[in-house]
Amino acid sequence: MAKQTIIPFGPQHPVLPEPIHLDLVLEDETVVQAIPSIGFVHRGLEKLVEKKEYTELMYVTERICGICAFGHNWGYCHAVELLMKVEVPERAEYLRTLWHELSRVHSHLLWLGLLADAFGFESLFQHCWRLRESVLDLFEKTTGGRVIFSVNKIGGVHRDISPEVLAEIATVITGMKKEVSELINVFVNDASVKNRLVGVGVVTKEEAEDLCAVGPTARGSGVRTDIRLTGNGVYDKLDFEPCIETAGDCYARTMVRCRETIQSMDMVIKICEIIPEGEISVPVKGKPEGEFMARLEQPRGEAFYYVKGNGTKNLERMRIRTPTNINIPFLCKSLEGCELADVPVNVICIDPCISCTER
Amino acid sequence: MATFRIGKMLMRSLFGKPATLMYPVKPAKVTDATRGHMTIDMDKCIFCNLCAKKCPTNAITVDRNARTWSIQRMKCIQCNACAANCKKEALQMAPTYTAPNTEKVVDTFQGPPKEEKPKAAKAEAPAQAEAPAQAEAPAQAEA
Repeated sequence: MAKQTIIPFGPQHPVLPEPIHLDLVLEDETVVQAIPSIGFVHRGLEKLVEKKEYTELMYVTERICGICAFGHNWGYCHAVELLMKVEVPERAEYLRTLWHELSRVHSHLLWLGLLADAFGFESLFQHCWRLRESVLDLFEKTTGGRVIFSVNKIGGVHRDISPEVLAEIATVITGMKKEVSELINVFVNDASVKNRLVGVGVVTKEEAEDLCAVGPTARGSGVRTDIRLTGNGVYDKLDFEPCIETAGDCYARTMVRCRETIQSMDMVIKICEIIPEGEISVPVKGKPEGEFMARLEQPRGEAFYYVKGNGTKNLERMRIRTPTNINIPFLCKSLEGCELADVPVNVICIDPCISCTER
Repeated sequence: MATFRIGKMLMRSLFGKPATLMYPVKPAKVTDATRGHMTIDMDKCIFCNLCAKKCPTNAITVDRNARTWSIQRMKCIQCNACAANCKKEALQMAPTYTAPNTEKVVDTFQGPPKEEKPKAAKAEAPAQAEAPAQAEAPAQAEA
């Protein structure tokens, strides 16, 4: 047996946008075990709940993560709305789904760029991020913010989108789709990309199920899991079907996200066509009492929101479980047996968001 | 190999316009909806303190006696909660950003002096109690 060496990976590493530390146990160049440790950016969200009113918490929840800011906000509002038995108008649900799918497009484009950066394809990285900018411009035009939207409220949304702007969104996204397809062609067919991704970090369907993996990470291993199938938003009207790959390696996870980007763009175009007229919010009276949980499919996977009210303006408890939190065991499994040089690609392939994880 | 797959896009980038703006030579793009900074119309403000109560970061301070409305720009997160709750529509979000600062400044706005009500006889008793504050307000406004 070869001598074992421990190499620290992170919390500061060129491939990591956020701090996570991994102790890699190596035998020669092969990783035999990865021991994760987190806690570098803990912010104590659950304590903050005691101080802030339940309406003010919306602004806190959207600051959990800079990429799925809208999703976290929607998840929290959804949980409180269910708790207070508020019926959200149909148009508001459509608008929320529109912004959420646009978020998914920009999140996946950002991730594809980071992946290209991780295996050293810098021009591909820059092109992914260039395309992402046009989505951010659409956000600024419709909500006023590029990253933090502050557009949700309990009972609906603050801003409506005019038919002209909806038509513009459809035009921009249709134009973008052509360019994104060109980029995806590189990820799918290019030999240098395939050399770095195919057969790296294989996790089988059974293992992914045992490790409770979620989101595109799990779907890359062939697990049919997607919260969009369970009914929040208007996904039932959009003929939604999750993208699933069965190989279970980094290439399959990339494929899932490439296909989801195109799928989300199609859904955005469809929403722009079929969005109904009507109110965008309903007035909410009273204070939250009781407890409720809601789930939402973030770009990275299933997020879980638990709220408990006691009849006052402050919630008694709120708990958010984010997708990266659940996918860290999956990451450790995928690292076992891989080469040291493949560790960055493996880490990026679960789309880690450590600030989400630590809240 | 990669050059062939991404070749078209690279050629377009090479001979096309740059994707980035030459900031600050060219001004940054703003839309009508952009949340830049909060502005207030002091003629409409009734100093009800609702904006300060609804502000999630406690950036706004309203002084009813001195008739001032002040905001800590560094604390403000441009969430628009104050403007959404303003009953008199005195608060508006402007699309441009404030100039960068090297220290935390507080922007204070002075309201117009309080209009004298015709029923002077009834208002006299409480006015005496708040005499120092009330006397100060018009003086500041004139200055």
